Amino acid sequence: MSKRQRIVVVGHGMVGHRFAQAAVERGLTETHDVLVVGEEPRAAYDRVALTSWFSHAADGDGDEALTLLPGGAYDDPRVRLVLDSVVTEVDRAERTVTVVSPPAAVGDPLAHPGAVTVHEYDVLVLATGAAPFVPPVPGRGLAGCFVYRTIEDLQAIKAASATATSGIVIGGGLLGLEAANALVQLGLDTHVVEMAPRLMPVQLDDAAGSTLVRHIERLGVTAHTDVLTEEVEGDDRVTGLRMRPAGTEQGAPTTTVEAQVVVFSAGIRPRDALARECDLAVAERGGVLVDEQCRTSDPAIFAIGECAAPGGTMYGLVAPGYAMAEVVVDALLDGPGTFTGADMSTKLKLLGVDVASFGDAFARTPDSLELVYSDAVAGVYKKLVVAESDAGSFRLLGGILVGDASAYGVLRPMVSSGLALPDNPEQLILPAGGGVRLGMPDDAQVCSCNDVTKADILHAVTEQGCEDVAAVKQCTRAGSTCGSCVPTVKNLVEEHFASVGKVVDKGLCEHFRLTRQELFDVVAVHGYRRFDDIVEAHGTGRGCDVCKPAIASILASQTSTHVLERGTAELQDTNDAYLANIQRNGTYSVVPRIPGGEITPEKLIVIGEVARDFDLYTKITGGQRIDLFGARMEQLPAIWRRLVDAGFESGHAYGKSLRTVKSCVGSTWCRYGVQDSVGLAIALELRYRGLRSPHKLKGGVSGCARECAEARGKDFGVIATEKGWNLYVGGNGGAKPAHARLLAGDVDTGTLVSYLDRFLMYYVRTADRLQRTSTWIEQLDGGLDRVREVVVDDALGLGAELEAEMARHVGGYADEWRATLEDPEKLARFVTFVNAPDTPDPTVSFTTERDQIQPIAPALIPVGAPA
Amino acid sequence: MTATRTTQMTEMTWTAVCAVDAIPLEGGVAALVDGQAVAVFRTHDGSVHALGNIDPFSQTSVLSRGIVGSRGDAPVVSSPMYKQAFDLRTGRCLDDDSAGVPAYDVAVVDGRVLVGAPREAT
Repeated sequence: MSKRQRIVVVGHGMVGHRFAQAAVERGLTETHDVLVVGEEPRAAYDRVALTSWFSHAADGDGDEALTLLPGGAYDDPRVRLVLDSVVTEVDRAERTVTVVSPPAAVGDPLAHPGAVTVHEYDVLVLATGAAPFVPPVPGRGLAGCFVYRTIEDLQAIKAASATATSGIVIGGGLLGLEAANALVQLGLDTHVVEMAPRLMPVQLDDAAGSTLVRHIERLGVTAHTDVLTEEVEGDDRVTGLRMRPAGTEQGAPTTTVEAQVVVFSAGIRPRDALARECDLAVAERGGVLVDEQCRTSDPAIFAIGECAAPGGTMYGLVAPGYAMAEVVVDALLDGPGTFTGADMSTKLKLLGVDVASFGDAFARTPDSLELVYSDAVAGVYKKLVVAESDAGSFRLLGGILVGDASAYGVLRPMVSSGLALPDNPEQLILPAGGGVRLGMPDDAQVCSCNDVTKADILHAVTEQGCEDVAAVKQCTRAGSTCGSCVPTVKNLVEEHFASVGKVVDKGLCEHFRLTRQELFDVVAVHGYRRFDDIVEAHGTGRGCDVCKPAIASILASQTSTHVLERGTAELQDTNDAYLANIQRNGTYSVVPRIPGGEITPEKLIVIGEVARDFDLYTKITGGQRIDLFGARMEQLPAIWRRLVDAGFESGHAYGKSLRTVKSCVGSTWCRYGVQDSVGLAIALELRYRGLRSPHKLKGGVSGCARECAEARGKDFGVIATEKGWNLYVGGNGGAKPAHARLLAGDVDTGTLVSYLDRFLMYYVRTADRLQRTSTWIEQLDGGLDRVREVVVDDALGLGAELEAEMARHVGGYADEWRATLEDPEKLARFVTFVNAPDTPDPTVSFTTERDQIQPIAPALIPVGAPA
Repeated sequence: MTATRTTQMTEMTWTAVCAVDAIPLEGGVAALVDGQAVAVFRTHDGSVHALGNIDPFSQTSVLSRGIVGSRGDAPVVSSPMYKQAFDLRTGRCLDDDSAGVPAYDVAVVDGRVLVGAPREAT
């Protein structure tokens, strides 16, 4: 195959994207060029999480939050993506496709205004997806009628909702309930209309359906089941929906629900028109007919995802679509992969309710038995479908979980594995399940979204060097789509390490078997104030440079004791121990706090004078303050004296603690600003200054959506909106940059501060040592959603306690420099030679470069020769 | 030979550097001994050790500012610069066999810390 082959992919939805991604990752692009033609104006995005677009849309980054291709282009130049363009014709004889790019598309040579281009292919992949099905109800074309599939649909629904009071979703399936969630978020009085006797008829039985109804009615959603829609009422705009009970004839009495918005979500139909026009075989019920390799009746053409019908069946979930994409890449690499049907198991949070359905949920297997646990008060319904073998043991066939789907991660793999259940299988669904633990065979599928088996996960751990869950997620993709299997992945990883005797030592170091979080709790419960007491009761030996600073940080977080108190000073890490940052020649740099980056000319002059008088090198930091370098240790108190007298205090640049809260100038000066970002940044920096945390912390406040303070690159970022503030968490720069994600939108300042208090204290309490907020959030079970539950919804009831802890910190804050200057005992340590206080360190010397001092590197004496 | 030399040194040079209480438990101070920077540490049990103060990995005079603790049975200080641990009794670097710092004879007399001569590398 000397000549490069050309692949054209029609459609850039989730499945088309996965195909392109797999083509790059598996090396198909070594021999093939890939052209992907997408019809929507943006690259592929996460349609499964469509409703979350609203929570991100407030500041205009809904698209960014959902996108599957940040940056909008593939890293591999052999994959070309053309958006906003439609394939109008396939010529199978010539092996060409005709692409029409509308005038809107610019920036691509293909996209002349209304350009029509023809492209040759060697392989054509149809990934055209599906379209919402709109039943032939009279009035369905009125203004105010929508479908729910694309971001454009959402934008239209949102615009219409601005003037509406109530909305109706036609269709009570999975997607219909997602759409209902969208209407609820838009503040509409929401109704769901379903023809079947229950919601989610494909996944749930009657009892589960009514449990779900009770949950969603509590949220103000009215469910109408067992009804037929008769007509969408209205002259040019929707005014309501008329319905009659299912099973009655036309003309039977009807009822009308008023609404100004109607969303059709009555199922989807494969988009197979292109295939029909070029005479490819299609399935009886729609969808491009394909074989087990997803090949159509033309061997040069494949079809994947919702537009395809392997064996005549179409699959309306993303996981089977992903599987098909992988199968085609495999086929093009001459691999043996086949698609022989999919696990249609589902687990999701619908309107805040956990719902899962897997395997033979309806007990259709002959002689199967159902075990049901139901708690109407708590709104929990769990059903297991099992089969009894001749030997008397049970096998799990399927099940339904509503209200509490935490067992899903364990149960679903047991279906495919066929593993024998314990003698008392009901334990698996009883509350606080008696701790039944089951082994899982290697081929059990753990992540159904990305088809990752237990064996794949173990391989990642044993052969690919993954040492924690985050690495396994990255390596195998397990848990990276819906996230429901992350707890299972975590257990597998930990069990593996335990089984090979590599104690998954979550302990800090050789002196403590406890994690930082456990130590934090131990200190809180026992009220320890001294390292000695902690190591005697809970550790061994005399500590080290790992556990001592960690304990120093924990003590500082829980008490407001000065870090240089005797007994505590000796625990501090290099920089904390001298309240300054050690540099490569053993001298220190000094950073006074400049809250929010705002400083008076007088103070600026003082900094200049101090730098000049002590001959310090000055540099502006990234955190909007000024760093003074080259201070000898014994000079530090005199430098602080000058700064403190001028009204400065420690900037804690040396601590695992709050550094700065960066700001833009905000509404005070900026003609675009909508809030006073500087004022808020100063207030936040002064509130959280001195807070010792597992890692350094940075904040930012931007006065409008232009985001000039780069707040989303900070551990906590605040961005002004017309209505208040959006709070983002978990961002950082550095070697592994992370973009902060939205925790709460449009909150007032008081709410913002209480959420931040809770967020920061929750982090301080539970993160590992040196774990930044982004990785902390990532490793929490439930991730950002979990943080939101704890911080915003107060699911653990910890809110008041966390706020009280922060209030104690704020009340107990004192400037560490000033306190040191006032205490002769603390000052005594700031001498270079205890027996020659006036002799400076002879190894320190400077040269001059660009009119400032620079350290002279100490002579490179070979390491190892004791002098 | 070693015995002779130690005797000579004992007669010749012991430098009093500070009161033993001036060294925090599990902390260190730096002193000038015969023109050399020496780090003097006190461990949790009250015993006193002295090592050359210059960290061989960074060539900076900072070891006295390190955290004092233990590794296994060995009392250690970890360099504040790049965190390598040094055995307080011998000066040997526990993270790099080829590296180390000199260990000094040390004594406490009448509450004063006396630093003697660097011992031969062991």
